[in-house]
Amino acid sequence: MLHLALFIIFGGICVAGAINLLAQKHPIDSALSLVVVMGSLAGLYLLLGAEFLAAIQVIVYAGAIMVLFVFTIMLLNAGEEEHTHGSKIALLFGVPSMVVGSVLIAYLLLHSDPSTRSVNVGSLYGPARTIGQLLFTNYLLPFEITSVLILIAIMGAVVLARRESQ
Amino acid sequence: MPTGNLTVGTFLIASVIKILLFLFVLLTGVAYTVWLERKVVGHIQNRWGPTRVGPFGLLQPLADGLKFIFKEDLTPPYVHKFLYIGAPMLALATSLISISLIPVGGSINIGGVVTPIQITDTDISLLIILGVTSIGVYGIALAGWSSNSKYSMLGSLRASAQMISYEVALGLSIVGVLMLTGSFSLRAIVEHQQGWFWNWNIFKGGQFVAFFIYLMAAYAETNRIPFDLPEAETELVAGYHTEYSSMKFAMFFMAEYSNMVTVACLASILFLGGYSGPTFSGILPPLLSSLMPVVWFLARVVFFLFVYIWVRGTLPRFRYDQLMAFSWKFLLPLALANIMLTGLVVALRA
Amino acid sequence: MIPLSCYLVLSAFLFACGVTGFLIKRNIITIFMSIELMLNAVNLSFVAFASYWGTLFPTRNVEFLKGQVFVFFVMVVAAAEAAVGLAIIIAVFRTRETLNPDRVNLLKL
Repeated sequence: MLHLALFIIFGGICVAGAINLLAQKHPIDSALSLVVVMGSLAGLYLLLGAEFLAAIQVIVYAGAIMVLFVFTIMLLNAGEEEHTHGSKIALLFGVPSMVVGSVLIAYLLLHSDPSTRSVNVGSLYGPARTIGQLLFTNYLLPFEITSVLILIAIMGAVVLARRESQ
Repeated sequence: MPTGNLTVGTFLIASVIKILLFLFVLLTGVAYTVWLERKVVGHIQNRWGPTRVGPFGLLQPLADGLKFIFKEDLTPPYVHKFLYIGAPMLALATSLISISLIPVGGSINIGGVVTPIQITDTDISLLIILGVTSIGVYGIALAGWSSNSKYSMLGSLRASAQMISYEVALGLSIVGVLMLTGSFSLRAIVEHQQGWFWNWNIFKGGQFVAFFIYLMAAYAETNRIPFDLPEAETELVAGYHTEYSSMKFAMFFMAEYSNMVTVACLASILFLGGYSGPTFSGILPPLLSSLMPVVWFLARVVFFLFVYIWVRGTLPRFRYDQLMAFSWKFLLPLALANIMLTGLVVALRA
Repeated sequence: MIPLSCYLVLSAFLFACGVTGFLIKRNIITIFMSIELMLNAVNLSFVAFASYWGTLFPTRNVEFLKGQVFVFFVMVVAAAEAAVGLAIIIAVFRTRETLNPDRVNLLKL
């Protein structure tokens, strides 16, 4: 009962944040809606039992990557979006067909496989210690490769964002 | 529901009482940290500090609070209204959340109800505190941007860049303690350091280098001298809170000081043994002897606050490029070396 | 408790919002944020499936954790991509003075 209520709350905040991201004109409002989506996704990960991942989602995604986005928007002084001429026909046919399509997909997913309907997720326990052990034993190679990837990304970002020295 | 050995109703009532008590103590502590700072900095600068309002100026925070309430609340034109009002609230909220995870004492037994002196404890408490610190950067970044003013914008960009740089060093300096303890739970970290003071992580755990890295990174995170360029009066008018007045400014003020209190609590838990100390359980009645750890914890926290204020009165401030170079070129490699050394020792000992 | 398909529908909706934002927005930073939204939707899907397999095989906890390790790597890659992408955006902004991708059209005939 409590799980259902929490899922509806966090899922509702996710959906509202995603729609707000599309609806807002100013990129800073979109960025903050995305931060809200990431926060509520962290709540959903907690419901699913992935506690370490929820904490990492808040620290890395909402607390570092999105700060980078907010910084860029502030630095470049991004204003509101320009309004180009939309097509009325696209709006007239597009929105209802999108709604119909999504309802169809949701119906298919919810009524598809009886096994996915009967298994209840969210009663597990994901301690950080075991994730760490997996990362350093089975998945050591991807771990080292991603560390090289981050190094490349750092160098790339520094080189690209540097001002041309006259 | 996991409520220990209490019924759900008793657990809820006990939790609500603990939340209210902790919040009250924290906010009063914040107000009197301001008083302590003004007195200590005054004495360092060979003057008295507040002496008029009440004995030793002890009612000065009350007078300051009344002043803040009665000041005119300006909203400059052309600000982004939602963010201008929301940013100080975000800064204050994120700085108050961390107190819910701090273990202040062992268990206490009031009329048959046995409950730990801590609002809650999870298996990832330390990560939650780090995450909340990361979210606190938004309060400052958005405050400066929404104020629609050059000085605020520059101050907030510098402050946020400083905070995210020192977050890395902060997180890495804690890893040594985590390797020794094996859990993110704050109570487990304190329990690991029980015993005579030789057992503290700074001595037996060998984390004295990590202790200094943590302290310096925490000073930078809370934007205190010597790292307070983003809000220094002589540099940037007042940095990111230039355009704020009355209650919103008071919220930033309270957020900064309660961040200081949180850092002091964490430093005493991670490195100085938390609430461990003699409980005199033979001499005192059981209620008082279970309150003794609280006294030891508060003693450590007040010590750290005093060190904060002492450093503030003594050191000059870093220039911005010196500040960033200090984080990336000195603290980060030192923290990594500490992790490697601690890991080596833990692996060899096992 | 909550069946798996509820999480999948939510993940699909978020992914669809990300695709819509990618297609209709006219600010390069917002387009980039829609990409991050798509990545997050996929992460939710991974964690939901990891939890599903974990409840199907409760004795082998590694099934639950494999999905989480994959999400970990997705986050790392997203961080690297965000850093480099934003650096590119800043570099393009310096020369073209605009954040509208339609205006970066010097190579157009």
